[in-house]
Amino acid sequence: MNPEELHYTASHEWVRIDGDVGTIGITDYAQKELGEIVYLEMPEVGHVFNADEEFGTVESVKAVSELYTPVSGEIVEVNKGAVAEPGIVNDDPFGDGWLIKMKLTTDEEVGKLMTAEQYAKYVQQEEKER
Amino acid sequence: MSATVPAAAALKRTPLYELHRKLGARLIDFGGWEMPVQYSGILEEHRAVRERVGIFDVSHMGELELTGEGALAAVQWLTPNDVARLPDGRCQYSAFLTERGTFVDDLLVYRKAADSYMLVVNASNTPKDFEWAKAHAGENVRVDDASDRYALLAVQGPRAAGLVSRVSSDDPTDLPYYAFRETSVVGAPALVSRTGYTGEDGFELYLAPEHAERVFGGLLEEGRGDGATPCGLGARDTLRLEARMALYGNDIDDTVTPWEADLGWIVKMKKGDFLGRDALERQKAEGVQRKLIGFEMVDRGIARHGYPAHTPHGDGTVTSGTHSPTLGKPIGLAMLPAGAAAVGTGFEIDIRGRNAKARVVEMPFYKRPKEAR
Repeated sequence: MNPEELHYTASHEWVRIDGDVGTIGITDYAQKELGEIVYLEMPEVGHVFNADEEFGTVESVKAVSELYTPVSGEIVEVNKGAVAEPGIVNDDPFGDGWLIKMKLTTDEEVGKLMTAEQYAKYVQQEEKER
Repeated sequence: MSATVPAAAALKRTPLYELHRKLGARLIDFGGWEMPVQYSGILEEHRAVRERVGIFDVSHMGELELTGEGALAAVQWLTPNDVARLPDGRCQYSAFLTERGTFVDDLLVYRKAADSYMLVVNASNTPKDFEWAKAHAGENVRVDDASDRYALLAVQGPRAAGLVSRVSSDDPTDLPYYAFRETSVVGAPALVSRTGYTGEDGFELYLAPEHAERVFGGLLEEGRGDGATPCGLGARDTLRLEARMALYGNDIDDTVTPWEADLGWIVKMKKGDFLGRDALERQKAEGVQRKLIGFEMVDRGIARHGYPAHTPHGDGTVTSGTHSPTLGKPIGLAMLPAGAAAVGTGFEIDIRGRNAKARVVEMPFYKRPKEAR
């Protein structure tokens, strides 16, 4: 269920690498945990982030959660469709529900992220500890 | 993404706990109770109550019983509303107030007879309220915490009356708003009142715990054609906020008076003396310094409980805030300086470091259509 070609963080974001651009979203597990998403706060295009920095928030009816950059880079695009209709993040978290695109500062950070398999194990562990 | 997951402690469970698990509910710690926050989703459950009928387990609520010759005098002293004018078989929204006129709790008074009352209180306040009632009830009255003897289900929405009517032996749907009587629902003895915390027509059913699962299941089964939906505390919160019903611990607490909370209508100054009366009289004469108002966001963003508010007349605090599923926009309640409380007044809310514009609006946010009453 977690696409093989993506890279995953412990804070439940994913990144898809195409050349020097990373597309970033939240995982299916994350959207299920949040429940119906009603509001997204996204950064401005042009803003530069280091890896693991807070780049925005996602809100369900009940809760606010912070979003963290998996990698360093500059924001080149924000998914306006998702900002207008945050429900697509629930419906298609790995596809139309992507959040931002970043121009990567370096290609060395991606290797530190989890593979789909590692992430699946990580989620299993997290659920067990609950 | 990082979300805060509440730590598991020794939580209390209602008699419906196993059923909630079977129905796929997500359970959370709510004031020491392991309660369903949602089943299918808060927005869907919210819509079910506004358009069809939703069924809630609210068995965590507390029930205090005051009985005996001195019961009327005790309830009159303990609460600011006038129970002497309440006929048998009627309920009344009221409160316990401190000597400072602030809320110990808000509650419903059920008058069974002149010498018998049931007071329905907030779950996490039950022990405190029980002690408060015992300490202040006076002579010739017995105060019992009957909470363990009752499961409580709420059936809410425009199709609630039709559903309850079909499963009751002595059809309670002729009851006016805030009236109750003993009947039988899905074969179980029940005290049924036409009350609720959603802004819709509906009923609350007080049952023996051993009947709760059968009645909840029976209502879902019989209500399938009506689109009856199990609903959790998440939808209960968005529904009550749209209807501008106060939530203890958020909008009101032991620092807030009924005048400040726009709940002056529960205070009957002419009925005689009661706990908190002197303080309320003084505050009325002096005028309140702050008021609980409803707001909408002008800028983007959802303002949540505890966020600071800034007005030209001083600072305030958001007491409740959410995305309104019915209106499709962020709404909330805030305690603001009285000078900033007029409808139309603009102010700012600090949303995690960003100042977002908001505006005081008319209450309630949602009123059910006339024909549905």
